[in-house]
Amino acid sequence: MTGRLSVPIMVAALAVGGCASTPDNPDDPLEGYNRAMFAFNDRLDKAVLKPTAQVYDKFTPLPLRAGIGNFFGNIGDVWIGVNNVMQGKAGDGLSDFARVLINSTVGILGIFDIASEFGLERHDEDFGQTLGSWGVGEGPYFMLPVLGPRTLRDAGATAIDMTVDNAWYGGRLATETGASILKLVNTRANLLAADKVLDEGALDRYVYVREAYLQRRRYEVYDGRPPRNPEDDYWSSDSGETGPNEVGDGAPAAEQVDRLVVGIDDAGR
Amino acid sequence: MKKTIVNLLAAAAIGLGASLAVAGPGPEDLTKQLTEQVIAAVEADAEIRAGDTEKAIRLVEERVLPHFNFEHMTALAVGRDWRGASAEQRQALTAQFRTLLVRTYSNALTQYDNQTIVFKPFRGRPDDRDAQVRTEIRQPGAQAIQMDFSLEMVGEDWKVYDVVVAGVSLVTNYRASFAQQIRQSGVDGLIESLKAKNNELVVEKS
Repeated sequence: MTGRLSVPIMVAALAVGGCASTPDNPDDPLEGYNRAMFAFNDRLDKAVLKPTAQVYDKFTPLPLRAGIGNFFGNIGDVWIGVNNVMQGKAGDGLSDFARVLINSTVGILGIFDIASEFGLERHDEDFGQTLGSWGVGEGPYFMLPVLGPRTLRDAGATAIDMTVDNAWYGGRLATETGASILKLVNTRANLLAADKVLDEGALDRYVYVREAYLQRRRYEVYDGRPPRNPEDDYWSSDSGETGPNEVGDGAPAAEQVDRLVVGIDDAGR
Repeated sequence: MKKTIVNLLAAAAIGLGASLAVAGPGPEDLTKQLTEQVIAAVEADAEIRAGDTEKAIRLVEERVLPHFNFEHMTALAVGRDWRGASAEQRQALTAQFRTLLVRTYSNALTQYDNQTIVFKPFRGRPDDRDAQVRTEIRQPGAQAIQMDFSLEMVGEDWKVYDVVVAGVSLVTNYRASFAQQIRQSGVDGLIESLKAKNNELVVEKS
């Protein structure tokens, strides 16, 4: 699954999803298609990816796993730095480039994350976040085959992220594929512990995953300080009526609620 | 001059002591105490680490729950429909949601594996009644995970009303599915489906 492939798949899927029926959720007009692709991904995960990740989890000793994670992390740091610069965070970008310099040399090709020990933290950036910081809207929620949840904006950005990523392997398809698969399995192995939470905690797994993805992306785009959702304030507005707890005006005044407000008020059909 | 400074220091110390005596721990200290106590308890308990969920639940109920405001959490998860719910419905929702959250996340404790929690600089002011405590879960060989706590003053004590892990609120993440359920079958329908979910979890366990 390379970046080159995702775009046509995306367009084709969009065409299919276009005929979905009335959406329950304004973030998710393609729910019909998305649920079908979610079920497909789920089956694929159960049949192939999860068992592979479980074997990998069991037989890969922790130092090796850390090395693999750090190696890919080091390659990723270059693009993270570029994205930080594109978002106007030059300081963070410089710190990312310093990380690459330190980890590629002292950290032996990135296998050891020495820079973190020096206090240069790893950042979490990608092109989707850069687009978000430029004001590009999310677009509808959109389930990619194999890769899973995205928004339309982030699906397009993922294609670019992957193309940049693959550039490091010099256009050698075998290396690209090998690296992509190893990365996918490593990522899946890190998520094994979350499976239980999803299985036990969710009333509707599809909705739970969708909401988690959208919340996480908003958190990332706003670097951990997303605007307050107006629907968070129902507690404070009626705590005086029937609530047994005397909670004062605990909720801070609604700050900027720009993009998140859109759609929430017409959540009902 | 010297005496004045000594007096000032003494006064400040007394003032500090007095304010500490009146109020409980502040939001940051409370969160630190909570996480440290729980980690120490899990580290000392081989059964929890071997997957004894019931024991993990007991630990959470004794040590953690008294410092959580579950009614506020449930109101956050339900969102706008909270306003239309009766007092009985609110109580039932809170009880069921509490059971669901405790069951689901006590399980996470059984997966504890040498993670450490690092507290980020706290940015609250002393007279705040609502605060955020930001932490990071560090684990060997994987990327650190952000974990933010939202706390509010209830009476004299700080209570947690939201926990956001990796950008996902363990509470508001339920809002869409709750709203969907309420649209389909009303608040009572949601209470019923939460009950069913909780029963299903208990049956699986036994």
